[in-house]
Amino acid sequence: MTAFQSHLPVLQVIVPMLTAPLVILLNQKRLPWVVATVTSLCAFAIAVTLTMSVMTGQTIQYSLGAWPAPWGIELAVDALSALMLLVVTGGSSVALLAGAQSLDRDIEHHRQPLFYAAWLLALSGLVGILVTADAFNIFVFMEISSLASYVLISGGSDKRALPAVFKYLVMGTIGATFYLIGIALIYLMTGTLNLADMAFRVEDVADRTPILLAAGFITVGLALKAAIFPLHIWLPNAYTYAPNMVTVFLSTCATKVAIYVLLRFDFFVFQPNLVGHDFQFTFFLLPLSILAILVGSSVAIFEPKLKRLMAWSSVAQVGYITLGASLLNVSGTTASVLHIFNHSLAKGSLFLVMACLGMRITQLHIDNISGIAQKIPWTMAAFVLAGLSLIGIPGTAGFISKWYLITATLQSGAMGIALVAIILISSLMTVLYIWRIVESAYFRQPKEDLVITEVPLPLLVMTWVVVLMNVYFGFVTDIPIELATGAAELLHGQTP
Amino acid sequence: MSSDMTIALSFLIPLAGVLLILVASRVNDNLREGVTLMTAIALAINVWSLIPELMSGGRPKLELFEILPGINFGFQIEPLGMMFAALASGLWIVSSIYSIGYMRANQEKKQTRFYVFFALSITATIGIAFSANLFTLFLFYEVLTLCTYPLVSHKGDEKTIRSARIYLGVLLTTSIGLLLPAIIWTYFVAGTGDFTSGGILEGNLEGPALGLLLGLFVFGIGKAAMMPVHRWLPAAMVAPTPVSALLHAVAVVKAGVFTVIKVIVYIFGVEHLFAEPSSGWLLYAAAFTVIVASIVALKQTNMKRLLAYSTVAQLSYVVMAAAILRPLAEVAAAVHIVAHAFGKITLFFVVGAIYTVAKKTEVWQLKGIGRRMPWTMTAFTISALSMIGVPPTAGFVSKWFILAGAFQSDNYVAIATIIVSTVLNAFYFLPIIFAVWFSREEPDQKLNHGEAPWPMVTALSITTVLTIGLFIFNGPLIALESQIVGIVQ
Repeated sequence: MTAFQSHLPVLQVIVPMLTAPLVILLNQKRLPWVVATVTSLCAFAIAVTLTMSVMTGQTIQYSLGAWPAPWGIELAVDALSALMLLVVTGGSSVALLAGAQSLDRDIEHHRQPLFYAAWLLALSGLVGILVTADAFNIFVFMEISSLASYVLISGGSDKRALPAVFKYLVMGTIGATFYLIGIALIYLMTGTLNLADMAFRVEDVADRTPILLAAGFITVGLALKAAIFPLHIWLPNAYTYAPNMVTVFLSTCATKVAIYVLLRFDFFVFQPNLVGHDFQFTFFLLPLSILAILVGSSVAIFEPKLKRLMAWSSVAQVGYITLGASLLNVSGTTASVLHIFNHSLAKGSLFLVMACLGMRITQLHIDNISGIAQKIPWTMAAFVLAGLSLIGIPGTAGFISKWYLITATLQSGAMGIALVAIILISSLMTVLYIWRIVESAYFRQPKEDLVITEVPLPLLVMTWVVVLMNVYFGFVTDIPIELATGAAELLHGQTP
Repeated sequence: MSSDMTIALSFLIPLAGVLLILVASRVNDNLREGVTLMTAIALAINVWSLIPELMSGGRPKLELFEILPGINFGFQIEPLGMMFAALASGLWIVSSIYSIGYMRANQEKKQTRFYVFFALSITATIGIAFSANLFTLFLFYEVLTLCTYPLVSHKGDEKTIRSARIYLGVLLTTSIGLLLPAIIWTYFVAGTGDFTSGGILEGNLEGPALGLLLGLFVFGIGKAAMMPVHRWLPAAMVAPTPVSALLHAVAVVKAGVFTVIKVIVYIFGVEHLFAEPSSGWLLYAAAFTVIVASIVALKQTNMKRLLAYSTVAQLSYVVMAAAILRPLAEVAAAVHIVAHAFGKITLFFVVGAIYTVAKKTEVWQLKGIGRRMPWTMTAFTISALSMIGVPPTAGFVSKWFILAGAFQSDNYVAIATIIVSTVLNAFYFLPIIFAVWFSREEPDQKLNHGEAPWPMVTALSITTVLTIGLFIFNGPLIALESQIVGIVQ
């Protein structure tokens, strides 16, 4: 490994973070966008390089300022964080590449430098959470990314975003505070903030009340951030009223990064040490996951606003991710991590289609897209494919993670069969809400005065790139499966 | 040419056809229809070129890639799939000829979309026929459902959309809700889903669970239209008649019963299932559907709905034959797929021809029409006789084999069902035949018309000749299908 390569973990955070203030100074027409996009692509390139090193099975460690852990702050990249880094930087890059025109519509020109700076801060916060191995550092990066994403969500012209983002802010702050209380309690008992060190030291004090309290605070606080049912109520409106490209970016990664921290803490720190934690974890998460899946899908079926419909579908899909984790076996966790990846692809492309539609019609309502497929066939064809992936039809990425999830549930006996039934029922519900849109767009007569043309080329091309990735990863599955299996084995304390 | 190449071409030809149809439609309609017809002919020649290899016992395969450990995407051709692919691709030619006449004479809209999705549906059908494992089959099964939706909802009005929704709803619900769990269960217990001679479940799944898995498969394969999951088939009759003819008498419904036979023979294994008492319900369920659907057909006054219920009954004939679980009966099931296909496609062609020239759709309107359309109604008569099972038609051959299979295990339920349903078939077809030829036309129904346009008459004559032809030349087909249960003739 060359000297440059060994610094990649820290560059992953620093590059977007230091570019952010520079972007504010740029006042040329397109320049802020160009710089933000190039930075995001750099971050993606770094993530790819890191992933390639991690694929060989090693964990990359990096000591900030050459202070050794646990005294100094340590950065660590393993299979789980590598996969998440790909999702986050990929999501950001795609949204930026596709979004120049869409963001021009939503963001006034003079505010664009500030907007793109906030975007890069959100990006650096999210990747920061993923590369650091320090519990307090996670909190700091979580706040950076959250504050920046509040700005992003309310940055558009839609004033309804303001109450939505206020709700998000209140709930997000409660979540972050809970998390902070949790790590403070652990620090009190162990005197360490380094995750690996913490996992080692918690063992001695595992039966003490503050540790149990910490486990509760951290799990619930992160559940709030991850929009786990019934703590999801900030999510639908925030996604609905945010600028379209911001929804693409945040829907692919914001909640999933919180789930990442949740998995880290619960599997890494608490699971091996706390007596009965596995039982509590399952009984906390499993019923909530089932409710999320069923309620999220049911609401989506009756929701006429398209972006809200997609947001409710995300609530249900987060349910799949947590369901896999709550099974507490390696294949369940594999399914969970895999679904983080595959759902990002599916939902990312669906929200990209929403952005495409947003370029051509003002109100994204199911009645306003009647017969629109005749006018914009390419966009709607992309929607159909992405929808199939969300449903989990074979030949798409969505099928692969459903397959893993069902195989994992079957391993847990009689309860597993009931869970399979729930997964299948909710797949059928997905068919229903995707089909409503398809039917409206394809098989209804367009309004007489509907005169629209196909969306701008960069947007359409990027949408199709992501849609085709859904198909590609439905057939060629080695990379995500290898990463997800590696991640699951790490979380369950097995060396791959 | 290697068999790998031939298998790949079986998909590339219709897909290339789709592109060419799109391009040609910009030039003119004649070119578009010419392309459709040439694609159909090229595909059929390509598919049929595999028959000699199959006859001599070859099993050409094409492995594409491994999706997950143990789950491959690939194709392997065995006699049953060969027969189905040859049937669908061959009848596509005839049906293309027919469509040209029908779509023009009725001035249907969106004809390009029609031809494109028709070609895609055939591609999916070939995919189902050639699948090497359950996963690949399921993929194409779903593609076929989705590709046929635009054809069913072709008319686009509110009523049609409602029927098309039932169509899609039933087929997707059963496949995702029942078939997919059955497939996953199979992979879970057997570690594979490859279609293997003699089945893969022996030693992996025994007892009542086997009967339950069979239930998930049979009702999950909604395309086989076993009651109570048959509702989509009458609903699909809102489609233009060429669609009903090729897809809902041949490709889609036969994909259903084909999959049932394939699962029984290559996943469960005939002997394994025969030895398991919990699988016995299938015969009764199929017999029930045969009888009830025939009775429902008796009450229908709309020709297409009558044919739809007749199809439901005939499909369950195939399932029942397969459920007898004796080698000869499995062969009979396969042969009945072909025999029923020739007969039913002709009947639909006839109904479409009558609609085109006389705009008549109801049974009671057909009095005396035989004198105006002698060719067409001769074809109707012969095909209806084939449905009943009268020699010298194809229907007789397959019924003969089903009975022979039933006697192999003294299965009196099956024998009784065949007798009762034959009587019922006669009850609903013979009065129509009588009225068509011997009743007087009602004065107010008089409309001066003759035969339908020549492409339609040609098409229905070809399939009628096939119906009689299969009675006389059935040796190669039976020899080929005997291989699936290891009977060497």
